[in-house]
Amino acid sequence: MKGMTIIVKTIASWVKVLIFLFGIYIILFGHLTPGGGFAGGVILASSYVLLMLAFGREFVQKDLPLALDSKLDCLGAFMFALIAILGLVFGGIFFVNFLQKHLPGRPLDLISAGTIPLSNIAIGLKVGASLFLVIFLLSTFRRDTSANR
Amino acid sequence: MSIFYILLLFMIIAAIIAVETKNLLSSVICIGALGFGASLMFLFLRAPDIAITQIVVEVLGLIILIRATISRDLTFITGDKEFFGTVVSVVIIFVIFLVGVKVFETLPDFGTAIFAETRGAASKTYISEGLAETGAANIVASVILDFRAYDTLGEATVLFTSIIGATVILRKKAKKLLEDPD
Repeated sequence: MKGMTIIVKTIASWVKVLIFLFGIYIILFGHLTPGGGFAGGVILASSYVLLMLAFGREFVQKDLPLALDSKLDCLGAFMFALIAILGLVFGGIFFVNFLQKHLPGRPLDLISAGTIPLSNIAIGLKVGASLFLVIFLLSTFRRDTSANR
Repeated sequence: MSIFYILLLFMIIAAIIAVETKNLLSSVICIGALGFGASLMFLFLRAPDIAITQIVVEVLGLIILIRATISRDLTFITGDKEFFGTVVSVVIIFVIFLVGVKVFETLPDFGTAIFAETRGAASKTYISEGLAETGAANIVASVILDFRAYDTLGEATVLFTSIIGATVILRKKAKKLLEDPD
């Protein structure tokens, strides 16, 4: 099974970039518009799930290996914890928004709100990588059980 | 206001069909309809953040469920219901219904914010001070990542732990399968 028909492949190769860009937009503008790290991360994961459904598993595996995926997952979690601990170091309280206290930005700017966009990026990375990882693993598991039967 | 009741009716019918149908695939599709109804409901209640998250997670979960159900030989669930089990479940549902009527009497009207009727609610402070304290124009982001960041940390920890568990169980099989694809 090497993916689906040529129609699905063509459409998927056009749409995947748009979905990925939309996910990045949702993450980056999470502190200004509705959305945020979790929703954007799921959209990023769904773009890769679309690729996986259309082109087959090996194609995605070349693009985003399992080892890199779990590293991205850990990196996101580590970044989020690091932001919290930096708040403890610089602001004195765990999770305090130290950047906003020391150098406040103008409201409604893209670079404003201190640590909130950074946390959004960390959570988006974490959620996207981990959801794609678990869907990928579940799909391999599914084929294996059906082959045994 | 009537749109809410139409949506509620739609969601309840979808939920009943999802439980009662014999076909696994139609049950999954009904769960999808239920999720999209919930997403529309959040949108009409002016909670676009939740609506986006709900619809995105619903799409991804539906894909996984349909992949899982299509691959198996569709099992048609059969079997007669026992009389004793039916009586017990009806009694339990009736008790929950009575308690629920009592509880819902204390809630504010459907669609009104709860902080409008509670004095000294914390959400009032979030709304009035959120922009000045955190600088984030989206109040929801300022709540989940600044005021209540501990909740987000807990959620991220739960996700991380569950993904680690799934990876540990499934990784060996996946690696073996990727090395020699059939």
